[in-house]
Formats: sequence, structure tokens, C-alpha cells
Amino acid sequence: MTAASTTKTPMKKQRARKPFTNSIIAGVILGFVLFGVYFFTGDGLGASGGANRIAIWLAKIVVPGWVNSTPYLIKYGGGAKKPLDSFIVMLDIGVLLGGFLSAWYFGRLKVETIKGPRITPTTRWIIAFIGGTLAGFGARMARGCTSGQGLNGTATLSVGSWAFLLAFFAGGYILAYFVRRLWF
Amino acid sequence: MAPFDPVALMGKPMGYLVFVLFGMAFGASLEIAGFGVAHKLVGQFYFKDQTVFKTMFTSVLVAMALLFLTIGLGWLDYDRIFVPPTYLWPGILGGLLLGFGIIIGGYCPGTSLASSASGHLDGVFFVLGVMSGGLLFGSVVDSFWDFYNSSFMGRFTLPEWLGLPTEVVVAIVLVVGLLSVWGSDLIEKAWKRREGILTQEEIKKDKRILSIVSVALLAAAVLILFVGQPTLTDAWNRNTEKQALLQEGKIFPSPEEVSLAFYDPIINPILLDVRSERDYNLYHLENARRVEEKDIPALYDELLQAPEGSVIIVMSNDETKAIEVWKTLVAKNSINAYVLEGGVNKWIDTYANGQFQKIANHPDDALGWVIPDALGDKWSSAIPPQPHNYGPFKYDVIKLQKKAPTGAGGCG
Repeated sequence: MTAASTTKTPMKKQRARKPFTNSIIAGVILGFVLFGVYFFTGDGLGASGGANRIAIWLAKIVVPGWVNSTPYLIKYGGGAKKPLDSFIVMLDIGVLLGGFLSAWYFGRLKVETIKGPRITPTTRWIIAFIGGTLAGFGARMARGCTSGQGLNGTATLSVGSWAFLLAFFAGGYILAYFVRRLWF
Repeated sequence: MAPFDPVALMGKPMGYLVFVLFGMAFGASLEIAGFGVAHKLVGQFYFKDQTVFKTMFTSVLVAMALLFLTIGLGWLDYDRIFVPPTYLWPGILGGLLLGFGIIIGGYCPGTSLASSASGHLDGVFFVLGVMSGGLLFGSVVDSFWDFYNSSFMGRFTLPEWLGLPTEVVVAIVLVVGLLSVWGSDLIEKAWKRREGILTQEEIKKDKRILSIVSVALLAAAVLILFVGQPTLTDAWNRNTEKQALLQEGKIFPSPEEVSLAFYDPIINPILLDVRSERDYNLYHLENARRVEEKDIPALYDELLQAPEGSVIIVMSNDETKAIEVWKTLVAKNSINAYVLEGGVNKWIDTYANGQFQKIANHPDDALGWVIPDALGDKWSSAIPPQPHNYGPFKYDVIKLQKKAPTGAGGCG
């Protein structure tokens, strides 16, 4: 990999770091997971919905008045509504657990900042936050993120999801040239 | 028939555990693909690393093949799995923003969680951004509410858009998808060759994996074409539960029971009259909607969306034609439908006896009364009589059905 990374705290007992799985095999595994969740629950995979609910849950603790006076947020966490009481939050908890266990098992668990060689970790964090904000906003706008629309919708042949996926790749390619120094 | 509702079946703690387990499998799949590392993701957009495209498309093709194969075999009900509804332009704008997000921030919402879980701090900041972006959206969406809800097309699928049978579209997507996965593999190899990091071993290994997966998916495509997609008749023939109900005659509410449902505040009766236009014009129940048998498939989606508490009552003059239509409606258990006992003939016998002259020995399912004027529902007996006292409403045949889950969706 061409990325330079800064190590903060090396793990005490290192497991031997294994390379990533072949991308096609990983795709087949992910495909079976996606099929499984549909077959057994009727729901697809998702990520941004859970993150959104966790954010609303936190906002409700800090500024309950704001949540209770913003129509879009009321839908998820207004009044007696519990924002965390949703299967989509459970999926996110699972993603964190599964990601953690997998990274640990394959010796890839390491506290570090993945960044390009030209920028500092702090710049990388700010940039990551800005990118995340765009993605979070976009995922709400599209009613789904790369998982909810990109995986679920395309596999079930939704027209809107295929349009979404084309726009997603287009968005990345359009901006790639202008931000290349962030990465390489 | 799948899908199941884990929370309804096993209660909340166990049901939610199922979702945690699927989430874990999802998170691990993302991690092993390398999606916890930003450079693996953004490399896609610099023609360096095609993992995003290859993994994502392979997973979509595999899932699609398995979904439509099981749907075709009648093991899974396509009507009850979550298909993201189409809001075309908000979806496209959102997709663009997510594309900007990945090239600037290095992740998308799911991969940033996997990245955080593997200890990457940039992933953590991305997740915080996703959460902030969602809250920001919530606080400003009112100013573009109309746009956010524009170009709504409902559950709109590629087969409907293209006007082709579902199995044909699936086969086409599988073939085109495989070609593009091979194509993106070539792009990746070309870059690696230029960088001098391509080994013969890798070429051979990738080729073997791609070939095996391609053969499997092409075989699935042929199988899906061969099996086809279930028609409502197929679904009926497999539905032993509803066949038994029909056999035991437990699908025929009496005219009295249907009248009661009319005034029940928690029941929303939808009356479907499947008789000829002539008979309908002569006499029909108030609020009954006349439908041709050929229009039932088009009506099916609408009935599927009917609010909870909806009870569909199908009627013909006697019962024969109504039963045929009923079979197609209940074939997949998604719709709560019944057949008016004895049809319109019995209704008239019950509520308008003496008003019309009876036709002795009329052919089956023909109108059995001489109706002098085409007054439709303006006959006093066409309005069900009000019950003497309101409630408790008790039924022998009609059962309120909890609405079949149609999936709350991936990012709800």
C-alpha cells in the first residue's frame, strides 16, 4: 500500500498481520450476507440509519428541546420515542463488533490514522469529518447510503437505487482529480 | 415462506440479536475486503485499486442471483422484502454527495464503522461527521421539503421500467455485471503491471477465482431463466394453508357479517365486485368497486399498500368467479381477503327479499333476480343495514390480520 500511516500506540501482543481477502471472494461472502439478511428478515443491510439514530439519541441527551422541535428528528426520537429502539441500530452495533473481531483475528487491529503522505494527521481528521458530514447529509437525502441503497436496492432491482449508485461513482470520479493531494 | 419477522417470532431481545449477528457478518465482510482502510476505497477513483467496484458488484450479483432464484422457487416472497422506494432526484443528489464524501473523507457510512472498529482514527472522525451530517440534514430539510419528496415513484423496479420479465432482467444484469467485474479487474491489473507489482501468481489466482464465480453466476442466470418467477397461480398451488381454508369454507363471511364490518371502526372493508358491467349497473353494494379479472394484477400492488385493518371482500353473483379472484389475492398470504357468502344473489335474498322477482334455475354465477332498473347502489338494500348496537364487533369468518411485513428498510 502506498499510504503512509502514523502509529499512535502499538499493540502489545501483535498477531501476525494477514493480507486482505481477495476482492472477489470478499464480494461473494458479502453477497451471501446480504442474501441471508433479506431471506431471514425481509430487511436489507444498512449503516447510516443506525448512525443517524445514535446521533439523535445523543442530541436528545444534550439538547432535548431541539430534537422535540425539529420535525424530521421528532420522527425518530421525539417525546417518548426511543431512537435506539430499531433493528438498524442493532446492525450498526454488529458492524462495529464484526469489524473489530475481524481486524483483531487477522492482526490488523491497530490504533492509527490512515492518511496520504502530504497531510498531517490533524488535517486528515478534519478532512475525514468534512467528508463524513457530506456523506451523512447525502445518505439522509438519498434515504440510504452505499449499503441501504447501493447494496439492498441494486440487488432487489430498484430503479432509484441503480440511479443512486451511478451518481455515487460519478461523484467520486468528478472530484477525484481535485483532491488527489489528500491521498497520494 | 420467507422472509420472517425475527422480532415478531422471537421477541425483541432475540430478534434484535439476529440483526446484531447479521451486522457482525456485514462488518467482518467489509473488514476482510480492506474497506477499513481509506486508500483501498479511494484508490478506486484513481484507477489504482478496483476493490470497491469488484467487491461491491460481486456481492450485488451474488445476492441478486440467490434472491431471485429463491423467489422463483417460491421460497421467498418478493412482495415482502424491502425494495428501497424510488425518489429519483433526491436519490441522485444524495448519491453525488456520498461520492464527494468518499473521495474527500475516504469512507462511506458502513466502511467508516468498520474502519473505526479496526482502530483507525480517521474512520472515527468520519463516523462523527456522518452523525453530524444527519443532524444537519434534519434541521434544514424543511427548507427543501418539496424537493426531498419529489420524483416519487414508489416501489419501482428495473423490470417494470424496462417492461421485461424479471428473470430476463436478472439474467441481463448478471451478464453485464460479470463483464464489468472482468473489465475492472483488467484496469487494476494494468495499473499494477505499470507499477511493477503484478506477479504471475496473482494473475493466475485471480483468473481462477473470477472464472469459478463467473461460471457459478452464469449457471444461476440460466437456472433463473429456466425456473422463471412465480405467478400468482403458482403461489396459490403451493399455498396449502389457504387451500385448506377454502376447503373448510372458512373464507365466506355471511351478508350479516359483511354488514357488521361496514360499521366497525377498526375495519376498512374494500369491496371488489368482479361481475359484468351490466350486472354491476343493475345492482351493486354501496362502495363496491367493479374490477375486471384482468386488472387484478395491477390492483394487487394497491391492495398490498392498503392500510392496516383493511379487509377485502370479493363478490360475484354466486361464488365461482369470486373464488377464482380470491385465490390470486391470497396466494402469497400478503392480502387479507374473503368471498361474500352466496354472492350478490344471497345479499339480495337477505336484504331485498320480495322486492325483486327471483329467476328459478339461473346458470351458476349469473344474476338470479330480475332487476327492473339499472339503479346500481341506489337501491335501499344496497346499503348494509346498521347494526342494532355498536360493538363488540364479533366475526365468525373475518379475521383482522397483522399487516405482513414489507421491510422497514436498510437506512430507515
